[in-house]
Amino acid sequence: MSRTLPRFSATFDPYTISQIQRAAATGIYDIRGAGAKRKLPHFDDLLFLGASISRYPLEGYREKCGTNVVLGARFAKKPIELKIPITLAGMSFGALSANAKEALGLAATAMGTSTTTGDGGMTSEERQSSKTLVYQYLPSRYGMNPDDLRKADAIEVVIGQGAKPGGGGMLLGQKITPRVARMRVLPEGIDQRSACRHPDWTGPDDLEIKIGELREITDWEKPIYVKVGASRPYYDTALAVKSGADVVVLDGMQGGTAATQEVFIENVGLPILAAIRPAVQALQDLDMHRKVQLIVSGGIRTGADVAKALALGADAVAIGTAALIALGDNDPRHAAEYAELGTEPGAYDDWHEGNDPAGITTQRPELTARLDPETAGRRLRNYLSVLTLEAQTIARACGKSHVHNLEPEDLVALTVEAAAMAGVPLAGTNWIPGTPLG
Amino acid sequence: MCGIVGLFLKGKRLESELGALVAAMLETMSERGPDSAGFAVFGEGEDGRVKLTLRLVDVDADSVLADAAGVLGCGVCGQMRETHLVLSIPAEEEVKARFWAEGRPDLVLVGVGNRMELYKEVGAPADVARRFGLQAMSGTHAIGHTRMATESAVTTAGAHPFSTGKDQCLVHNGSLSNHNDLRRRLRRGGMRFETENDSEVAAAYLTSRMAGGLSLGQALEAGLGELDGFYTFVCGTAGGFAVLRDPISCKPAVMAETDDYVAFGSEYRALVPLPDIESARVFEPEPAHVYAWERH
Amino acid sequence: MPEVDLRQQTVRDLNEALHRLSRQTNETDWQVLHPNGQHSLAVGIDAPVTVRIKGHVGYYCAGMNKDATVIIDGNAGVGCAENMMSGRVHVKGDVSQAAGATAQGGLLIVDGNASARCGISMKGADIVVKGNIGPMSAFMAQAGNLVVLGDAGEALGDSLYETRIFVRGAVKSLGADCVEKPMGEEEKAILSQVLELAGIADDVRPEAFRFYGSARRLYHFNVDHAEEY
Repeated sequence: MSRTLPRFSATFDPYTISQIQRAAATGIYDIRGAGAKRKLPHFDDLLFLGASISRYPLEGYREKCGTNVVLGARFAKKPIELKIPITLAGMSFGALSANAKEALGLAATAMGTSTTTGDGGMTSEERQSSKTLVYQYLPSRYGMNPDDLRKADAIEVVIGQGAKPGGGGMLLGQKITPRVARMRVLPEGIDQRSACRHPDWTGPDDLEIKIGELREITDWEKPIYVKVGASRPYYDTALAVKSGADVVVLDGMQGGTAATQEVFIENVGLPILAAIRPAVQALQDLDMHRKVQLIVSGGIRTGADVAKALALGADAVAIGTAALIALGDNDPRHAAEYAELGTEPGAYDDWHEGNDPAGITTQRPELTARLDPETAGRRLRNYLSVLTLEAQTIARACGKSHVHNLEPEDLVALTVEAAAMAGVPLAGTNWIPGTPLG
Repeated sequence: MCGIVGLFLKGKRLESELGALVAAMLETMSERGPDSAGFAVFGEGEDGRVKLTLRLVDVDADSVLADAAGVLGCGVCGQMRETHLVLSIPAEEEVKARFWAEGRPDLVLVGVGNRMELYKEVGAPADVARRFGLQAMSGTHAIGHTRMATESAVTTAGAHPFSTGKDQCLVHNGSLSNHNDLRRRLRRGGMRFETENDSEVAAAYLTSRMAGGLSLGQALEAGLGELDGFYTFVCGTAGGFAVLRDPISCKPAVMAETDDYVAFGSEYRALVPLPDIESARVFEPEPAHVYAWERH
Repeated sequence: MPEVDLRQQTVRDLNEALHRLSRQTNETDWQVLHPNGQHSLAVGIDAPVTVRIKGHVGYYCAGMNKDATVIIDGNAGVGCAENMMSGRVHVKGDVSQAAGATAQGGLLIVDGNASARCGISMKGADIVVKGNIGPMSAFMAQAGNLVVLGDAGEALGDSLYETRIFVRGAVKSLGADCVEKPMGEEEKAILSQVLELAGIADDVRPEAFRFYGSARRLYHFNVDHAEEY
């Protein structure tokens, strides 16, 4: 052989080259939906130690393993009780079609859990389909309305999200339809730029006053969540608690978004695996673990992920991307249409463009009509059931009669990275790398 | 993230009430900063003498005083308030006294000045003020702070005010985003740091600029170009009082001025205890604008 | 007339009493004494009543107001009348930052000055400031009218959407995408109406104002305007 094979650079790999070419051609940063796609340390690198002789497991199917979770008992007169520790993360009408929102609500209601509004306010369909609805209070305050605030079952003050801690959202013109525009008081068809800071407060000292106002307006009835993107989880959790939150929502960098700069999604924030222990440590240091609940999100896919998040100290998880996939996002039956959009099933992330063949991340009537809320809701309900059953299976195998009794000590890590980030020993050793937090 | 108060008296009339007024102001800012509190009071200064405010760590005042007298000779006297000992010494002994204090692990030098005394502790602001007897203190001006710790620990050392120069102190609400680099630069320039706190870096920055010949106002002006992030500062010097907010004016600030005083509060609530507040000129300091007052 | 003295009663007592009012209530005139800068006073009212607060108030006074008239005989803190839906909030003194933030309807009148970010992200309310307004006012403002009898600070109307800004005095600088536009008959009529609502139409002529609005250059991303992002 006189020549070597063509060789691609590991640094300038084909995807990187396409990024440079795209940037040079358009002059605008790449915007897309979904969360981080790079390989990150994740729950896959943790394993449970099941029971055997030293501990006894519970019988599957027969012996009870509880999954309920109460949120907001710290200050709210009307805390929420969810039957499963899996909630649906905030996704706006605007980012999602009305049918998709309705499907989320139907599934959550059937499973005894909650859905969450998003940037753009509450729709009446959403309030109707979802029995337990968390109302997001965002920097943009699009559609912010005291009547909806009073109609909500809980309020989530959004400070950041995992895909873009420190950044604002973006919704491109294609999705600002007349109804979306009217709800947000924006001209139709323009690119919407969302603020990254709240307009009338900054920092925990002001947040305490803001939470006070929200409590006064709703007569101290509703749980108040504070949602942050994972970046400095120890401090952010501690400050949310000091500011008076009932619940802290912590979103890792795998968490999805409707539309943000690719550079932001892939380069800012922490994977959820690395964020849970510092947040739990902050709660423990303040003697607030299990008193202020911790909901974590960002890359939850299976019941094993749910169980691992709970074992690390979370009270519940939230799912977004996985829920959209359950509804029918990235379904292979749309392969031909994905190909027309220059992508393929499993890789479609141009949620911001409003051309979703599955009718989920779009406002185009001919596309949204493809998603039947009942059918899609049934699929999501099935998926939520599987997540719950899987988490229970693992908890029973570890001898727990409630999923909240899983502990970090039930876990070991397969890699040094995962051991350090999750604060659990490397499998087969008693070695936990890294330094304690706090 | 915090509450700030400051009171600068223009004349003698309210001097005996300074501590009582500042204590009342400080207490109203408890919710903004429940973790710790502190204050610096510019009181009576004696010519030719210097006051060292020392925080005592598990050691009794008498033995410290005796040791100080032994090292620094006669003319040393002290007053104990809760955990802090204010040691008055001849001015020429200052260097030796600093050396002595730094050599003892059970002493923390909180501040040095001809007139300034500085007290800070972990705990609810009202308790901190009461334990140190702020109520009864008199003076020309004072600044105080209630802290909700953000990224550094809830410790006494992390409480405000920070003093990095003689008769100089600073309180801060906000968070700086370039303090680590700035700390390294200042360290190379000979400044010393007791904490990892961003606010201490701001104080040291001003001290270093004032050591270079700038007035407090000019040093703050220079800080506008070099301190990144969010801040509302209130600073005190022997005869001066100054306020600066970042260009975005991220954190709240309200001021009141009468013929008798200039007062600062993070919120109007802090100003309510002041005399004649109903007739004061109440205003918000503009962003990126240095406000400075001098009294001689 | 119901009276709430905040030396004897709490903020919670006040708001609870106001929230209990039905829209047909006969208790339409309320007086609040000794507010002393406390926060969240008269927030979330949902009834056509009048609440007069005798003194200075803290953050978020009259927040999310619907239909009520709230009069503040003093200065107001951060976020006064934030996200107001309808009704009327009248501050006799100055207001702090973010007055009328995201307000969707109703009228906010400030007799004194407003500081930074007045009318930030406002979504349809009318705001009338008789004194000056601070920097970054009407930042990302979406709809409604901001009327200023005095001067405006730096970066007025930065990243503006469709709020109309009328300033009688000087403007220190305009923010990205905010431009002065000729005042047409339509704008003049709208301004006259707002002045009328604020009860100052007899003293203030619409012709004395200059009109500012969005250049709409940021409505669709264009690499040649990247420096404005």
